[in-house]
Order: sequence, then structure tokens, then C-alpha cells
Amino acid sequence: MSNYKHIGKDFVPPDITGKVTGKAKYAEDFRADGMVYARMYTSPMAHGRVTRIDTSKAETMDGVVGILTPDDVPATEAPQAAILTRTPAYIGDPILAVAALDEKTAEDALAAIRVDIEPLPFVTDPLDSLVAGGPDAREEGNVYVRSREGSGFRSVKWTREQVDEFRSGKEPTGEHANEWSYGDLDRGFVDAKLVIEEPFVTIGYAHMSMEPRTAMAYWQNGTCYMHGSCQSQSYFLPGLAAMLGVEVKDVVLISENTGGGFGSKIGAYPIIGLTGYFAKKLGRPVQLRISREQEYYNGSARVGFQGWIRMGFAEDGRATAADVFIVEDIGPNATGGDGSSAGGAISLVYDPGSMRFRGLPVLTNTTPRGAQRGPGQNQIAAVMAPIMDKAAKELGIDRLEIRRINSTNNDTTVYAEQEPVTSAYMDEALKKAAEMFGWEAKIKQPKRIGSKVRGLGIGQGYHSAGTNGFDGLVRISPDGRIHIHTGIGNLGTYSYASTSRVAAEVLKCEWEDCVIHHGNTDDNLPWNSYQAGSVSTFTQTRTNYVAAMDAVDKMKRIAAETLGGTPDDYDIDGQRVYRIGSPAQGMSYGAVAARAIQLGGAYSGQTWPSDIHEITQRSVQKLAGSGLIGVAKDNLERNGVIPGLAVAFVEIELDLETGKYDILDYVGVAECGTVLHPQGLAQQMKGGSVWGMGMAGMERHVYDPQNGLPANVGFHECRIPTYLDVPSVSQTGAVDLPDPQNPVGARGIGEPAMGCSVAAMTSAISDALDGHIFGRTPVSPDMIVNHVAGLEQSYMPLQTNNS
Amino acid sequence: MASFDVMPDVQLYQPANLDDALNLADRYADDGWLLGGGQDTYGWLKDRAKHPQAMIDLNGIDTLRGVRETDEGIEIGAATTLRDIIRNDLLRRDFGLLVAAAERVASPQIRNVGTLGGNLVQDARCWYYRRGLSCYRAGGNTCYADTPQGMNREHCLFGASRCVAVSPSDTATAAVALDATMVVQSLDRMRTVAAGDFFVGPATHITRMTLLEPGEILTAVRFPAKWAGKRFYFEKVADRNTWDFALVSIAVAMSMDGDTITDSRFVCGGVAATPYRLRNVENAVRGKALAEDSANAAAPLATQGARVLNANQFKVPLMENLVRRAMRA
Repeated sequence: MSNYKHIGKDFVPPDITGKVTGKAKYAEDFRADGMVYARMYTSPMAHGRVTRIDTSKAETMDGVVGILTPDDVPATEAPQAAILTRTPAYIGDPILAVAALDEKTAEDALAAIRVDIEPLPFVTDPLDSLVAGGPDAREEGNVYVRSREGSGFRSVKWTREQVDEFRSGKEPTGEHANEWSYGDLDRGFVDAKLVIEEPFVTIGYAHMSMEPRTAMAYWQNGTCYMHGSCQSQSYFLPGLAAMLGVEVKDVVLISENTGGGFGSKIGAYPIIGLTGYFAKKLGRPVQLRISREQEYYNGSARVGFQGWIRMGFAEDGRATAADVFIVEDIGPNATGGDGSSAGGAISLVYDPGSMRFRGLPVLTNTTPRGAQRGPGQNQIAAVMAPIMDKAAKELGIDRLEIRRINSTNNDTTVYAEQEPVTSAYMDEALKKAAEMFGWEAKIKQPKRIGSKVRGLGIGQGYHSAGTNGFDGLVRISPDGRIHIHTGIGNLGTYSYASTSRVAAEVLKCEWEDCVIHHGNTDDNLPWNSYQAGSVSTFTQTRTNYVAAMDAVDKMKRIAAETLGGTPDDYDIDGQRVYRIGSPAQGMSYGAVAARAIQLGGAYSGQTWPSDIHEITQRSVQKLAGSGLIGVAKDNLERNGVIPGLAVAFVEIELDLETGKYDILDYVGVAECGTVLHPQGLAQQMKGGSVWGMGMAGMERHVYDPQNGLPANVGFHECRIPTYLDVPSVSQTGAVDLPDPQNPVGARGIGEPAMGCSVAAMTSAISDALDGHIFGRTPVSPDMIVNHVAGLEQSYMPLQTNNS
Repeated sequence: MASFDVMPDVQLYQPANLDDALNLADRYADDGWLLGGGQDTYGWLKDRAKHPQAMIDLNGIDTLRGVRETDEGIEIGAATTLRDIIRNDLLRRDFGLLVAAAERVASPQIRNVGTLGGNLVQDARCWYYRRGLSCYRAGGNTCYADTPQGMNREHCLFGASRCVAVSPSDTATAAVALDATMVVQSLDRMRTVAAGDFFVGPATHITRMTLLEPGEILTAVRFPAKWAGKRFYFEKVADRNTWDFALVSIAVAMSMDGDTITDSRFVCGGVAATPYRLRNVENAVRGKALAEDSANAAAPLATQGARVLNANQFKVPLMENLVRRAMRA
């Protein structure tokens, strides 16, 4: 495909108006007759065992409708998150819920409930758990390993000497749990002219989605109708059904708009299950709207790293070897898996000749972790950028040049299995961004102005950006309208709409004649991907493509059956199917749709492909007879890793006297194949840059290790960047070269958009401080002031979750 | 623990004149809550960490609003919003220090409703205290922050006495630097208190940050003409550039004779439970020129007697740097 009508063009996504006018409905905007309001009682303790629950006073309060306790929901096995628990493993772990006629009554009732909890040992820093004799976050162990060979708890302890050595920056010698490698690592270091070793910490932090999750559920005739705040749509159903103990067909999810998820709302989460069970128990609709503070507890957080890396470089700047060891802070529910992903990102972005990854996922009694925008890739991007700078300096190579020398291209092989990539143009991205930024001129600028020092940074971001095997579904109705059914979520990126335009492109139709069906699984949606992992663009363009191609094929066949000839005699344009060479002979889309209904069978959904998912099958069944149905599974070629890549250049002015810095200039360039939606891409690149700036300098968990209390449970304390902390203007661009394994050449970009930013920031801070490597995110003003004053930092080496 | 973030039942009074407000304040005393912009209030109430019976909304009292010129200087009603202070031409001309401090309070949205009085008397931001723990400041018998592993990066260098929380107010530093006077009224009396005495540390009163007694209302703040139009310097270093509290701030007023400092008031925020007067610095710079050498000589005096906690030693060089910056010509 080329000479696009819709691809690469800006448009107005249908949900924009609602967001601007306030008419867009989020989960908490929905009401149902007889609805009551639930509030949760959660653990005030980092780890404990509930010994008694006394709800007698609350039960008799006016307006209290019911109480849900752990006995009312299925028990789960640790470390899986429970809907309600008797063994809370973090502060904020839900223990019970109260429903009342209004929220205030529910809250008053919670205050009247007595819960006795016997405290258990807890830990907020993985190294405090690893050290011999240290507390375990779970009674079952302090490490939870997920692997293809089997998952389970372990108890792993290092000697105090081993922990101390790790803290002092030496290679960890304690036990690890995961390992993979490729190439000859020893040879790689022998061949290296330069070897750099650095310890590092990246502190985890809360997702803090703008919309605290809300769920509202009711049951009708055995079906649970769930209004939720979800990143995914049809993909959400199987997990939700399993959580509620019903079949997939008996769950409907309505999630039209979601105020951000960033990985925290991908699949069914406990409070959505809680609402379903509560509604079932009470026999009436229940809404649970959690507070901002509870979103901190229950909204998940990024995995923290405490690690060590050794990199080898040849004289010409080529990375010959990478050896990385990561202790992961995986919270109480063993969610994450960021460590290995970080290793994969080193492999892909810097393409070292040989590599080893070792990891150890350690449980802590902190807020549960989950995938957060570039989980693993973005932490390691922050770590790697100053190391690449240091290597360049030591080898006498320009900082841009060393990245170009090691840049990923179409021939790069990645990860342990040394898989191919579908396509990659990192060098082109670096060149383009350097030109937009004016790198050559900027490196010649004076560095010091009074108490301020200018720092220039380069960052590279990566995340795999696509998957395959899902279904597409389009329908043309007799009125000629094109209905694009999409089961992807709408977490705020508009990609549900931009990917739908591929169907319009294939069908050569006007966008104004298209209707997107999304946001309600009762609206006949197909089985589609999770909206996460930067996959939507690659994956959803393929499903819409195959569905539209199926519709085109059917239209040609119907035309041939109706007007004579063979399907190959026909083509489409102007929302007509016409005979090639005799354009007057043809049928409008509306006429073809009407004819499809007459003909029945596959044309109008009475039959369907055998390989489509049961969810898609049910949608087709319900649509059968309403028009021409295009439906297919994405069986297009997919071979190799699909890289989403991004590059950022940043210029900062750091004040040595205050530890503060201003971001003067920012350029972000995407390498995500063909640009699908320029405005959407620009927004992703800019939004991602803000996230990166937050991770680099501001956001972090703070826990008091003495009592497990979290210091920052709200927007203010979490230090999310404000409009005055980010540049008022930033430039974005794209390489815009098509990926051969996507019908329109597109790949995803959401996560690399942040990774390049955090990396550019740590690079720039290091540059401003004459190459000093903090080896830590965030780098806050106090750290810079201490460094400049020659004072020791106030945290212990490798300490995490500290202020 | 409960979910919080839900307003409890509370009586709301909206008096239209000061007498009615004083009557209500007197009647409810410790069980009453004076409401300005509400930006500190609602968090406490919705988190159910404070339990007043009644809120007395001062925003409907016209006499508590506005900037007035007096024979002695300027008087600002306590319920005047920070936005109105920032936009006031008179203040911008003569008391730029107060304006500069007010401009750095929180965010534009908060400044639109936040009042001068509210900003001055706001409560400590120590996260342990805000969490509703029973610490000294909350009437309990322990401090969670001043412990070997306490997360006390934001806490004090000076004046610790069981509690190590700091004064969070930006305008308070400016008020002390400008030698302001607080006008305090109760049902039976009106008293004036120097800003330097108005704010109290934990050694004086551990559960309050000012001298305000139950039943009293801060009605106005007076800024003497003595410091009008002098040389001012204000700087606030915070993690974020808006909607954040100072790690350390400095408010300085200087009388100059040419390039020579004849008199000055240096005040730091974020380092003690009260705005912290740098008297040693003031004494050292008297008669000195604004120059790097006098700044370097004075700066270390700012932190004499500092007692660092385990995570706030950065405040020492930061304070000293801010003194140097204030003295740059």
C-alpha cells in the first residue's frame, strides 16, 4: 500500500469532543437504578494476619446495605493479589468493603469497623531482605521466580559480606534466580580496550494514573455488566470472567474512556472483581470509586532495580560485552519481570557482541508492582546513557558517534536467542534527531555561565512494539456506512481510532462514512490485543487490514455473482465495487451490503472463519444478517522482534548552587515505521518525554524502613512533573520508514517515547557534572547539592525507596 | 484503615461580619476551624485526621479582604487571596518581596483561592504528621521523623524539640523579613504581634505553629513603611517549580546606602518550625558591600548551630548558597 488517503494524515478522533466538553463518560460517570456505593477497609500495616473482624456496629448503621469480607470472594494463593485478604502484604491491601446508600455513610461505617491484625515481619528494601537473617515479605519466602520451567517461592539469603560487596559496587556473588546469555562473554571482555563497571539503583514509583480506578457492576440474567477503568477491552474479558467465576460470554465490559493506565489497567484487577462479587451478593448495582491515595496503593508501581553492570568496549567504540545483574523490587505480589526485559533492551539498543543477564526478583511489602511504561527497558535506558557517555569520553569518541557505532539496524540480532528484528533504523533516528537539535553546534557552546552549567544529553529508548494473531471485524450496512468494530482499549492515546483508519484505507472510503464501535463489549467487538506494551499500532493495523481485505474480497465476489464475471474483474473505489474497464458497471457499498444479506452465508456473518476467537465468533453471530461482514484472524507474516525505537536529545542548564536544572531544549525522534497519525505520534513523544523527565529527576517511592509507611501517596508527594518542570516547547519528529511486516508499515512507540527521555536526562545531568554518574534515578536537587559540596549522599549505597 | 477522602459531617458557618465570626470562634474554640481558601483544610478533614465540629468560613467578611495604605505602611486583610496580592500594584511597587513569595506559593489554581492568612498559619507538612500518626505534634508522644532511618529529607536543621517539622509557608519568610505585624482579634481584645514572634517552634507549643489561641482570628497583616521599596531577594528551592513546598527558601530585605548594606533581615524557610532569622548574617553584612567576598564570609554564618538529620544535610550548603545569591550585586 502507498499513496495513502488516511494513513499519515491528521484527523479528529471521535472521543475528542467529549473530552473537551466534559461529556466523555468515565467509569464513575455511570449510574444504574438502585446503585449503592462501596468503600474499602485496607491494611494499615505492611504485613500482618487478620485475627478478628468486627462489623457489628457498622451493620446496624442507617444506610449501610452490606459488607463484603474475604469469605465472600474466592481465596487466592500467594503471591497472587487477593480481592480481599486476611494476610495483607502491603499498606493499603484491601481487607473488606462496605456498601451504603452514599459514600459518606460507607466511610462512616468503615470507621466503626474493628479489624485486629497481628503484625508480621516486613521489608521495604530488597537488600534488607536478602541479607542473612533479614525479614521476608511473605511467609512463603522472599523471592518469587517466574519461569517457563515453573514458578514458585524461594528463600534466598546472601551473607552480609556479599551484600556489602554489592553495595560497594562490586560484582554480586550471591545467588541469583534467572539467567540468560549469548556469545562468548569472556572473549568479549578480553577483546575490550575499555571496561566500565557501575552499580545502579532505579527506585520504583507509582503509576498515578489521572483517573483513579472505578468499577460499577450489576448482574442481569446471569450476565455481569461491568463499567470499568481499563486499558484493554475484549482482552480484558477472559481475566475478568475467570476472576468472577463465570464464562467469558457472561461478562460485558463497558470502558469507553480511561484516564490513563500506563500498564496498571491492562487486565482484570482485584477491585473490579470486588465490585462484581459485591453486586452479586447484594443483588443490586455497586459502584466502587477509590480515592487518590488508594490508587497509589492499588494502582501498582514500577519495579525498582538495584544492579551492577560491566560493559566492554573495543577501541573503535563497539560494545564487545555486557554483563548485568539486577535485583528487582517486585513488591508483595511478584509482579513485574522487568529485569530480563532490561537485559533484552541492552541487547537490542547497544548490540553488544556478547552478553549475560542475571536477575533476582525479591519481594517487598511495598505497593504492588506492575508493568509501567517501558517496564525494564526504561530503567536500563536511564542507567545506560551515562555509561555510554563515559565510554565515549574514555575512548575519545563523540557521544553521538559511539551510539551510532552501536546502533540497531535491519541486520541486528537480539536477546538470548539472537532473533532477527522486523526492521530497525536507529542510526537514521540518531542522525535526524542530531540535526533537529543542532548537536554539532551545541557541543561547541560554552559550558559554564555563572553558577550554571550546561549539560547535553542523548537518550535511546526501546520496547518491543507489536504482536499478532488477533481478529479484525468490519461491517458495511445497507445504508453504505462502514462500521469498524475494534476491541482494543482507549486509555487516552486515540490509537483505537488511528488504527481503525487502516480499514478505511483498504476500503478506500471517506472517514466521515465510518463508524467506530468500541468501548462496550456488547457492541459486537472482536478479540483484540491488550492495549499495552506499545503493541496497539502494529497489532491493530494488521487486524483491521485483514478484516477490510476480507470485506473487499467479499464485495468483489458478490459483484461477480450479481453482475457477472469473476471477482478478479472487479475493483473498489469511491465506495463502489466496479468492473475494471467498465466503471459504470458496479454496485455501491450499500447495495453490496443489501445483497450480502440476501445471499447470506459468510457474506453476512451466518458463517465465519474457523480460526477466529470465540469472542469474535459471538460478535459475528450477533451481527449476522445486518450487512456485509469482513472478519478474519491476523495470520500475516510475523518473524522476529518488532522494535519500537526512539531517540532524544536534551539541553539543560544546571545550577550548581541549588541542584535545580532547567530543560532548555528537547528533541524526540520516533523510529516506529510509517507514521500513522502525526498528531497522535507527537503527543506520545511529548507525553513520554514528560514521563522520562519525572523518572529522571522527581518520581520515586519513599518508605520508612522502620515501619513500612509510604511517604508519598498523592499527586503532590509523588512529584509528578508540572508544566513548569518541563520545557514549554519541544520538538518531535519521526524517521518514517516502513516496517515490512506491517501492511501499512507501522510499529508502536508509546514506551520508547519515555525511555529516550529519561536516558537523555541522566546523560545531560552527568554531562553537566563533568561526567559524574549518580547511577540512580531519580537525581533530586539534594543529591546534586551534596555532590557539588563534596558531601556524602544521605542514603546508603544501593539503598532504595528512600527520600 | 478506612478509605478517607470523604468529607465528614461538619457545621458550616458563613458569617458576614467579623463580630459574628469572633462570636463563633469564641463559642467553638478548639472545636472550631477557621476557613480561608480551604487548601489546607479539606485535606485534613477529608482524611479525617482532624475533627472540628464547625467550620467558620471567613471569606464572606469584606473587612478581612483587601490591601489598604495606612500612615505606617500597608495593611492587608487576612482573607485577601494570594492572587490579589500578586496583582496589587502598590505591593508590586513597594513590597516586591511579599509578592515574590506569594508568586511561588503552590500553583495558580491554589493561589486563586488561597489567602494570605491561610498561607501564614498553615500547618506543618511533615508526612508522618499528615498521615494522621499520633506524633508529638498531633498530641502523641513520639516523633517518627527524627529516628535513625526516618525519611526526613524535608525536615529541620534548627530548633528541633521533639518535633522536627518545618514551617512550610512562603509568605511567612517574607513577612518576617519585612518585619510585619500580625493583627489578632478575639471576642474581647485585639492584639498585635510581631511576625518574628507570631510563629512558634515546638519548644514553645508543639501542636501549633503560631501564637494564635483558640477563639482568636488573624484579621490583618501590617507591613511597615520602613522596608518599602528596599532591596529584596526571594528564592525558593523546591523539587518542583510549582505546587511544591520549599526545601529551603530565603527572603531578604536590605537597606542600602549606595552599594553598602546598612541594615538587613535575612530569613530562611524550610529549615525550622518557624521562619528562621539569620541574625549572624545580618550582623556580618552590616556595613559591607554586596560582593562575593562579603557573601562568602557571611554564608557559613547562616548555618551555625545546624543539627542535621540523616537525610537533610544538603540543606546546609543550600542555605549558604542562597545567602551568597542574595548578596550578588
